Amino acid sequence: MTTIAAAMPLSMETVRAREAAVRRFAFTDSLFRRLTFAAAILVLMILGGVAVSLVAGAWPALSAFGPSFLTTESWNPVTEKFGALAPIYGTLVTSGIAILIAVPIGIGITVFLTELCPRPLRRPIGIAVELLAGIPSIIYGIWGLFVFAPFLQTYLQPFFIKLFHGVPVLSSLFAGPPYGIGILTSALILAIMVLPFITSITKDVFDTVPAVLKESAYGIGCTTWEVTRRVVIPYTRIGIMGGVMLGLGRALGETMAVTFVIGNAHRISASLFAPGTTISASIANEFTEADGALYTSSLVALGLILFVITFLILAAARFMLMRIERRAGS
Amino acid sequence: MSIAPSLHRSRKFRNALMMGLSMGAAGIGLAWLALILGALVWKGGTGLALSVFTEMTPPPGDSGGLLNAIAGSVVMTAIAVVVGTPVGILAGTYMAEYGRFSKLTVLVRFINDILLSAPSIVVGLFIYEIMVRTMGHFSALAGAFALAILVVPVVVRTTEDMLNLVPNALREAGTAIGAPRWIVIRSVAYRAARSGIVTGILLAIARISGETAPLLFTALNNQFWSSDLNAPMASLPVTIYQFALSPYEEWQQLAWTGALLITLAVLALSIFARSLTGRREDK
Repeated sequence: MTTIAAAMPLSMETVRAREAAVRRFAFTDSLFRRLTFAAAILVLMILGGVAVSLVAGAWPALSAFGPSFLTTESWNPVTEKFGALAPIYGTLVTSGIAILIAVPIGIGITVFLTELCPRPLRRPIGIAVELLAGIPSIIYGIWGLFVFAPFLQTYLQPFFIKLFHGVPVLSSLFAGPPYGIGILTSALILAIMVLPFITSITKDVFDTVPAVLKESAYGIGCTTWEVTRRVVIPYTRIGIMGGVMLGLGRALGETMAVTFVIGNAHRISASLFAPGTTISASIANEFTEADGALYTSSLVALGLILFVITFLILAAARFMLMRIERRAGS
Repeated sequence: MSIAPSLHRSRKFRNALMMGLSMGAAGIGLAWLALILGALVWKGGTGLALSVFTEMTPPPGDSGGLLNAIAGSVVMTAIAVVVGTPVGILAGTYMAEYGRFSKLTVLVRFINDILLSAPSIVVGLFIYEIMVRTMGHFSALAGAFALAILVVPVVVRTTEDMLNLVPNALREAGTAIGAPRWIVIRSVAYRAARSGIVTGILLAIARISGETAPLLFTALNNQFWSSDLNAPMASLPVTIYQFALSPYEEWQQLAWTGALLITLAVLALSIFARSLTGRREDK
């Protein structure tokens, strides 16, 4: 600080006051820095805390049933025999079908928005599709139960049952009676719910395709579809995969919409029209009514399984999206 | 020069087919939005009356309103935002300002993105384990904390993104006149990124105001008016869930009306939030 005093002829009080100010600034600065650092660490601790508390809560069930918890279909609160197979099956099947439906539609919407749509309409339509993502899941649930399920029950399901009657495999996949609710209904609703996620990610990655690539393909006479199929999709494959995984992660953990329309039956049926259950629906339906430590713990164990599955899928999705971001950035 | 006309035709046909399909896909998306909103207005609109906002949730078979549920939702959402927003903004600040090039930031971003799409029911289980089980009872506070955990990642994400958009020249100008780092962040970076950060908070509110799963076994539900944060509290989504699955007609009607209210609130919030930042994107 002597240098300051030498450079400027100032009174000692001013120098002291400035030194104090600098010290105060340095103190508040390091305080603020530590505060932000702590908040960043807190984000990590939330995820860590979720993992630890789920393992702790699931421990009684996991130690009582061992690995057979994953492979047992029975779910009997009376005899306290619990197995996760039916919810796991329901979760994977509903999400899988949802993705199979949502991916082509999502890519279709993106192609429409990026290639076909007149420019003034692009933003309103894009926002409208994204609004689908904003609608809370319970709304999908109540709509699915009171509007969509009765429609399926009276029109679509009897039609499919009649259509595939006598056809091997398909006749057991689409076997009656048409309840309206069930695995397929849940999958269809999930498909609508993940559609906006897939659309918005594919739109983002489609935008990373260099215009030169597309223009050169158009230049040699390719049609719009050929440009999309041969240039845009191969270029953005990893990004699309990332978007699909992200949508899958969403679908796997989706709770309320599925709880309304899945029927909550702990069994595995060949028919897609049969009621079933998913991990999240089982927890939502039974947790507050679960009496007995083992019952509660089994439900937490289901939550742990869901957490692990979605963590892996979302992590994979992020890795893929990070790769395409890096490429777009360089 | 010879062109195979059949090949040309089949390529054109295929193109027209695929473009038609993608137009159909967009139609499906829009139709579904219209179907859901239409059903909500149709079924929920008929029950819309002043009594919905002034009366408590009724016992089965009686008429009433949703006042305690709406109030509970507002209270818990407010607490969640008050708790979650500072954490989110501070963490986002660390990532964009102090630790922009650190390894920790990459890790936090990765974990935050996973939290962003983690199943909300798992968050409910987490709060149940650490708050409800240790305190021995369900409480509005536990519900609010579960929602706060959902607020954090949304705010972290937008804060970081928006601070990264602030030109470095602004920060350098602040530093050049002798302002310490945190004053530069507070008075320059935050101010420049304000509308973006506000958008993030609005989107977070939109997200949690419809969340049901994390409240089911944290805040539980309450048939009556309650302002005790240490006791179960009603919320609009949980009330909708309970009433919709009940066999009573009055309850189902209230569920539809509540659903319409939530959807309108959430859509209004997200459109408003988008309009704050949307103009910048267009440029």
